[in-house]
Amino acid sequence: MNFLSLFVFIPLAMIVLLGCCRSRTQLRAVMVAGSGALVALAATLTVLFLDARAAGDTAPMLFRADTVWYEALNIHYSVGVDGISVAMLLLSSIIVFTGTFASWRMETLAKEYFMWFCLLSVGVFGFFISLDLFTMFMFYEIALIPMYLLIGVWGSGRKEYSAMKLTLMLMGGSALLLLGILGIYFGAGGETMNLLDIARLHIPVEWQRVFFPLTFVGFGVLGALFPFHTWSPDGHASAPTAVSMLHAGVLMKLGGYGCFRVAVFLMPEAAAEQAWFFLILTATGVVYGALSAVVQKDLKYINAYSSVSHCSLVLFAILMLNTTAMTGAVLQMLSHGLMTALFFALIGMIYGRTHTRSIDQMGGLMRIMPFLAVAYVIAGLANLGLPGLSGFVAEMTVFVGSFARADLFHRIVTVAACTSIVITAVYILRVVGRLLYGKVLDPAHQKLTDATWDERLAVVVLIAAIAGLGLAPLWVSDMVREGILPIVQHLTANLL
Amino acid sequence: MEYTLIIILLPLAMFLLLGLAGGRLAPRTAGLLGTAAMAAATAAAYTAAWEYFTQPRTGGVFPAVVPFDTVWLRFTQTLHIDLGILLDPISVMMLVVITTVSLMVHIYSFGYMKGERGFQRYYAFLALFSASMLGLVVAPNIFQMYIFWELVGVSSYLLIGFYYTKPAAVAASKKAFIVTRFADLGFLLGILTLSYWTGSFGFDVLCDPQAPAVASAAGRTFLGGSVLAWGLALCFVGGAGKSAMFPLHIWLPDAMEGPTPVSALIHAATMVVAGVFLVARLFPLYAAYAPGVLTGIACVGAFTALYAAAVATVQTDIKRVLAFSTISQIGFMMAGLGVSGMGGHAGTGYVGAMFHLFTHAMFKALLFLCAGAIIHTVHSNEMGAMGGLWRRLPLTHAAFLVACLAIAGIPFFSGFFSKDEILAACFAYSPAMGWFMSGVAALTAFYMFRLYYNIFWGRPAANLAEMHEAPAAMTVPLVILASITCVAGFIPFGEFVSSDGLPYRIVLDGGVAATSVVLALAGIGLATWFYADGRQRIPDGLAAALPRLHRAAANRFYIDNAWLFVTRRIIFDRVSAPLAWFDRHAIDGALDALARGAQGLSFVIRKFQSGNVQEYALVFLLGVLVITALAVFI
Amino acid sequence: MEIRMEYYLVLSTIMMFAGIYGFFTRRNLLAMLISVELILNSADINFAVFNRFLFPGELEGFFFAMFAIGISAAETAVAIAIIINVYRNIRNIQVRNLKELKF
Repeated sequence: MNFLSLFVFIPLAMIVLLGCCRSRTQLRAVMVAGSGALVALAATLTVLFLDARAAGDTAPMLFRADTVWYEALNIHYSVGVDGISVAMLLLSSIIVFTGTFASWRMETLAKEYFMWFCLLSVGVFGFFISLDLFTMFMFYEIALIPMYLLIGVWGSGRKEYSAMKLTLMLMGGSALLLLGILGIYFGAGGETMNLLDIARLHIPVEWQRVFFPLTFVGFGVLGALFPFHTWSPDGHASAPTAVSMLHAGVLMKLGGYGCFRVAVFLMPEAAAEQAWFFLILTATGVVYGALSAVVQKDLKYINAYSSVSHCSLVLFAILMLNTTAMTGAVLQMLSHGLMTALFFALIGMIYGRTHTRSIDQMGGLMRIMPFLAVAYVIAGLANLGLPGLSGFVAEMTVFVGSFARADLFHRIVTVAACTSIVITAVYILRVVGRLLYGKVLDPAHQKLTDATWDERLAVVVLIAAIAGLGLAPLWVSDMVREGILPIVQHLTANLL
Repeated sequence: MEYTLIIILLPLAMFLLLGLAGGRLAPRTAGLLGTAAMAAATAAAYTAAWEYFTQPRTGGVFPAVVPFDTVWLRFTQTLHIDLGILLDPISVMMLVVITTVSLMVHIYSFGYMKGERGFQRYYAFLALFSASMLGLVVAPNIFQMYIFWELVGVSSYLLIGFYYTKPAAVAASKKAFIVTRFADLGFLLGILTLSYWTGSFGFDVLCDPQAPAVASAAGRTFLGGSVLAWGLALCFVGGAGKSAMFPLHIWLPDAMEGPTPVSALIHAATMVVAGVFLVARLFPLYAAYAPGVLTGIACVGAFTALYAAAVATVQTDIKRVLAFSTISQIGFMMAGLGVSGMGGHAGTGYVGAMFHLFTHAMFKALLFLCAGAIIHTVHSNEMGAMGGLWRRLPLTHAAFLVACLAIAGIPFFSGFFSKDEILAACFAYSPAMGWFMSGVAALTAFYMFRLYYNIFWGRPAANLAEMHEAPAAMTVPLVILASITCVAGFIPFGEFVSSDGLPYRIVLDGGVAATSVVLALAGIGLATWFYADGRQRIPDGLAAALPRLHRAAANRFYIDNAWLFVTRRIIFDRVSAPLAWFDRHAIDGALDALARGAQGLSFVIRKFQSGNVQEYALVFLLGVLVITALAVFI
Repeated sequence: MEIRMEYYLVLSTIMMFAGIYGFFTRRNLLAMLISVELILNSADINFAVFNRFLFPGELEGFFFAMFAIGISAAETAVAIAIIINVYRNIRNIQVRNLKELKF
């Protein structure tokens, strides 16, 4: 068996083991061991991958394995990774690991919660290692469905409404996506579902024109494509902490990843033709999300709109269709994943203490819980693109890449997207100023305590990852670019 | 000269150490550690300066040295961000300025911040700021400059908001960051434009008008201007934000909410001149390809100088007066750069601006540290609470007087020499400009001595008896900076720094010097007449005679209100709030309506599901009959 | 008199439509069940008749009829069990009163 499959089998094994657990301690042991193993696996994979690349292995996908599992439609369980997937696997494993600690003190139905959480991970990891369209789609669905229960059962606030809305919208996206995938499959001759094989065949341009938008929007819904982003604020606001983390941190990345791995990669002509339309949508999303975040009062809503803005930037960069911008898109996915996970973790921890998320009802938390407050400031600074933290690297790569498109239209949308760095500063500093600085508003808050060790662990791991990416971006960016290069070559080859 | 790396790494290491472990250290230990590291960095910077300026010139210029350079992030094969160190005359000069002032502030803060909560955090932030500012000036490429540009912005944000429980400080820090960030957007776009057309971030290309990439880009035009001019203009926007040029100056007066030593270091001596440094750094390109932009810079600088000086004359908070004075003086530097040309005598403005940057850093830091010593004992920033202090604070008084004389441009103090260069360049550019700036210089002398008289002379303060001189930790830096201010003017600055690198002998233009001295003396005389006796009869009379002008000036000519109007009323209320509403009700509403529509439809459809099994059977039978009929007849 | 196949078929048709008519019109669950039995039995008769007349040597039709009888017996048992349970719950076996599972 290929060792990539471990990414799927470890969470599956975790589900089984969790089912056998009889106490909270056992649950925790399984979760820590399993998610720790995933991190270790992802790290090992990264090292092996970089080694193989350094040794001169230039195959587009490494560690390939292939098994037929439905012969009639020629569906394979086909796995392999390139630089992009390695980066995404690393991200996912870190988020799953920290998510475990963020839900350390889960009280209600802990066993079931963790089981669904693991099932979600199965979908996420499976998606990133798959090379077969159908298998990919299957993992995509596996990742989406547990979300409904996780929010509906363990959420807060209007959880049923949010869970239903999120699921329905994402399923709507899936429906489009399924059409898109079928279009790709039959457009490429109906013989293979393998991404790399389809890329070698040529899908007729008339087919592409129809199925590119379906696929792009289908994935885009999950990637918070304006105007299909409204599930995000409600969904995040209602979701429990670790689920918000995993959802914003990883699941939304499935959308971006799918957009270029499937939509842009397989249908380059249509992508180039229709990019202008989606560029307008995504640039709008970038500014719109940021501006909407400025006036929100609920911490999670602020962060959800901020996610809309940042994830739109991912799709925006993908549509620029050049190496630098697309590298930036992947870096932005990594960076946003880590940042937003940190944000949601911190919001969850603060909410767990103050029982409110409204910035009007809190203040002066810096005095009361300095650790969480400082971490929040760091997350905020990362979010507004402070050099030395991950956001800067990603945004600059995106902007430099986008600026390489020299015509007036691309210039205008790029400048529009660039303005988000100012608006981001406005909403981040507004929250930091109200929430952390100033006088303590509610006297009851004086008695609150700072983070516990498990919370500290989650926060520190995430901050370390953010700073690591921000301080030494070269190896990640080079690794990702190697994954992007074949895609862009494929693009340009088809456009000329 | 690899050891220059430690100039940056030492403060950075100190930031990490104090930031992560500061809570476990005693405040005293933390402060000592920070100061010791800064002292070591200062020593290294002086050594570097000595070594750099004593090396042999090649072709008449000090060659640029790049002792360290590494790729940090790669975009394409040619376009990559490097982190490195570039030593050339202006960066070495800046290293000396920054380390000196920073060291002084480190020492001074020992006394000033004693017993403050968060002492360790304060030193950590100071170290972060020093490291970032040093990184900024030695940047060998424009993107590294931008990186550290943002970092100084953040350290400034953190230090202004140091007293984070004070709402005014929080608001000021936020304002400072957002306004400069807004300007940084311009800088970023400028960088993107320049780097796109020249294919490089490096100053080796960007500062060389003859470089083939630059020359080929020069021909490209966009909306009537050359792309280089656009890029340079956008870069200036960034510089204008950091250097508080009108109308982006609004953050600087508010930034005085931070601890006073911080104001001295960041908002007087170093960070706020980053914009000037940026223009100076790219000066060869400005001079060669964007003379129009230079004219604009000169106008902005001159107007800012006048505006800020006018506002400074009516402020009553001593730190605000100094803040507006800083804005005005930076306006001088910008104007000096704006009127300058390349090389030789034409480059007087450049030399003057750089020289003024150097001297201003020293005497303005001195002024702020004096103000700190005063505030330390008076416990107020308001002039009303002061008066007659010279008796109780003789040393501070002497230092303050030296600095005032320097900024007013009295001969043999440092400010005289540098300001004179700028004025000479302005006169050479156009007499109107020359007289305009000379007038502003007179105004400078007036408001500085207004400040001086109101603090040290005039009506004695109510609790004068309780006031006392500051501790030694604070007075020693005052003495050092005052001595520098006295002698710095005699440095043959043009030998080291000039627009083309060739040595330039600064010659005092007799006419200009005489004019400026006369004007400065007139300003001082006027201030003496108005304020020395402490009764303020004439100024009060003037304020009563021109109430509108006085009120406008006291309210900084309503620029802050205008900005507030734009941000609050327009961006918040007219854009963001409606957008958020639109998102919740229109977009989300449409989706909810879709869901409700589906629900409504299913309510209609479910009527068929009557629950009566016989009806089902009837429908079933009908279906069978229809299908049979179809099968038979078709 | 020879008994022709058509006679049987007429009989079974009448039974079938009687059953259908009964199923549609009776409101009593037991009566509806009897109607269903009539329909099933009419089918059984057809199986037997077709086998007897068209394929005299074979036995499939008879077997099928046997199966159908067996199944209908089982089905009747289940149905009566349900009806009894319904009666226990609502003291009534009128089909119009069974609305618990509607929607």
